[in-house]
Amino acid sequence: MSEKTSPLRVTVSPHIRSGVTVAKLMWAVVFALLPILGGAIYFFGVKALIITLISITSAVLFDALGQLMFGRKVTTSDGSAVITGILLAFNLPPNVPWWLPVVGAAFAMIVVKQFFGGLGHNFINPALGARAFLVASWPTQMTTTWLAPRGGTTPGLLPEILKLYPDAVSSATPLSLLKQGGKLLPPNFVPQKLYQDLQSWSVIKNLFLGNTGGCLGETSALLLLIGGIFLLLTKVIDWRIPLSYLLTVLILITVLPGHKSNLLNYILFHLLSGGLILGAFYMATDYVTSPLTHKGRIIFGIGCGVFTTLIRLWGGYSEGVCYSILLMNVATPLIDRLTPPRLFGKQK
Amino acid sequence: MGSFHGGVHPREYKGATEHKPIEIAPLPSRVYIPLSQHTGAPSKPVVKKGDPVKTGSVIGEQGGTISAPTHASVSGTVADVINLPHPLTGKLIPTVIIDSDGNDTLSEEIGEKDLSNLTSADIIESVRRAGVVGLGGAAFPTFFKLSLKKPVDTLIINGCECEPFLTCDHRLMLEKPKEIVEGVEFIAKALGVENILIAIEDNKPDAIDIMTRMTEGKGITIRRLKTKYPQGAEKQLIKACLNREVPSGGLPADVGCIVQNVGTAVAVREAVRFNRPLYQRVITVTGPGVKEPKNLLVRIGTLVKHLIEFCGGYNNTPGKIIMGGPMMGVALAGDEVPVLKGTSGIIVFPPEKEPDEGDCIRCGRCIEVCPMGLSPTQLNYHIKMGRLTKAKAGHILDCIECGSCAYVCPAKIRLVHSFKFAKSELARRQ
Repeated sequence: MSEKTSPLRVTVSPHIRSGVTVAKLMWAVVFALLPILGGAIYFFGVKALIITLISITSAVLFDALGQLMFGRKVTTSDGSAVITGILLAFNLPPNVPWWLPVVGAAFAMIVVKQFFGGLGHNFINPALGARAFLVASWPTQMTTTWLAPRGGTTPGLLPEILKLYPDAVSSATPLSLLKQGGKLLPPNFVPQKLYQDLQSWSVIKNLFLGNTGGCLGETSALLLLIGGIFLLLTKVIDWRIPLSYLLTVLILITVLPGHKSNLLNYILFHLLSGGLILGAFYMATDYVTSPLTHKGRIIFGIGCGVFTTLIRLWGGYSEGVCYSILLMNVATPLIDRLTPPRLFGKQK
Repeated sequence: MGSFHGGVHPREYKGATEHKPIEIAPLPSRVYIPLSQHTGAPSKPVVKKGDPVKTGSVIGEQGGTISAPTHASVSGTVADVINLPHPLTGKLIPTVIIDSDGNDTLSEEIGEKDLSNLTSADIIESVRRAGVVGLGGAAFPTFFKLSLKKPVDTLIINGCECEPFLTCDHRLMLEKPKEIVEGVEFIAKALGVENILIAIEDNKPDAIDIMTRMTEGKGITIRRLKTKYPQGAEKQLIKACLNREVPSGGLPADVGCIVQNVGTAVAVREAVRFNRPLYQRVITVTGPGVKEPKNLLVRIGTLVKHLIEFCGGYNNTPGKIIMGGPMMGVALAGDEVPVLKGTSGIIVFPPEKEPDEGDCIRCGRCIEVCPMGLSPTQLNYHIKMGRLTKAKAGHILDCIECGSCAYVCPAKIRLVHSFKFAKSELARRQ
């Protein structure tokens, strides 16, 4: 080597790398979540934006703080804390007090993520872990602070149902009405009529478009699907988890007993509500807490679907998405162990 | 169209040289010939300082069962026989330095042979004496592959050239198709095999055309394969062509197969027809750091820097020089390094920052692309934790170091580095 030239880099192969980086993958998810944020602002007003911004800022700051605490490299620019911040906000009712996302973000980033080793090492999804923590610690704030969607008058219910049942409890979400709405009604109402009304096309349409009560990010199935399809097409997420998850819920809901008056609408009601699409596309697909192999991901999706359905039909909650994904997060190391990739030339 | 599971689609970068005919590089004034250019034991030096040599004279004889002799690539005088670091491994290896007399006088043994009573044993002996090794990169002694005592029913000739940037095999197929076919026929005769395939990726339609025409009526099938890296890796190639899986830890012959590279076929032809030892080969000198990328016929032992000079020199300051392809090649510490029998290319990159290693986010992409069905992320985790026995149980020894996992890794984790380390540690502990 002549003296004019600088020392050569001597590294082990390969010497070319694909353009995909962790940061690109994470920011793609953020991008896919933006229309949903837009929807949340449209349906619930500027309060939705404020809650989301508080959540993002807290998540980013607490993640960096945790990294400093443990002497790790601060990697804010990779966007992973931003995703957790958005997803945490999307899992909160629109009218929560401002400090709730702050506490949630602190729990998500410090306890769930950094205590266990930082990016890539947390064993449950940070946003869902924080949601579970908040529901357990501040149940009132987490289950009653609903806002009426645009066009609605009373917080937390489908507008047209509210017109029919003005006395129904305002803290009920669409799924809790479907599960036990009859019990919430005054004695002069016929429960069967409520279930029929819930399974009308206009309710399904509102669930699909997002004109319904619920957490910030769970209302518009349409916007959730647009972002989800973007992530599928750009191969940021694997189709196996959302598909096996949704199909399992679909099949189980169809065959298991429930307050069915119109089967198709009953199925759609379940698929479109309770954060199922948000969970299936954006949270169950979290790389860190879902299995590594294709086979493992299908098992994971089926598991999420089974637990979601069981919780919805017989459990103490009417939604079930959060806990079923958390349960399967915990099962992921076991699934990984049971579903290794097929070795080339494996001897029988 | 045949294929295999996994693999990646890196950008090809072959445009710089794929249409450029092979040029003959100028005869070097001095060559450095390491006596270990093949898998197995090094050759034993049979010349000493001051000895006269001719082009093609033996300078190192076969040093073991799996080994190959080494030959002078120019005529002249042995300047010295000293230990020099091997270009790829860095180990000190006896190296014969020859000062060329500029005449390129051929050894008397080289010349047209009478092939009327050619037997399988004759072919294998010619190939052995000529020091022919696999020119695809692994440099396994060819005679040894031809004399394995296992039943073989199919010969696959590898014209995939799946590594980006490299075009030397492509050019050989376009410019020396007759020679390739003759070499293939010699190899087939040595093996007693009737089923012969020439496998070419579909990104080289012109090569597929020419080889199809050249093999008409000769009982040779041209197999068009999907362009995907590492299509040219032996086990993946056999899977794609024949849907047979070489067992874990086994050899192609275990599934009745032998694979030879197109360049090796030409070398076999030269050995059998002319007794010409392997003292030259075609390589691609390319990359964004080279002014005029070229395909060159070069003498073994020519220094990389002379080849770069012949290609117009460097574009600014080189940042990295690779011997071989960008996926599996070895980064050189300098350019005063000789071309070896197994060198398929020299690729020069400008100075660039090496990407920082991040944390694994468990995206599973490495598993999706691993053509051997391994779990690179888990293997790397075990290795980082010092649990080499677990890595071994995870079949790390099946890793072919193709680099697909590290190529796709979004966290830019140096997976191949980790696996090479673990494999050498495991070998050392045995």
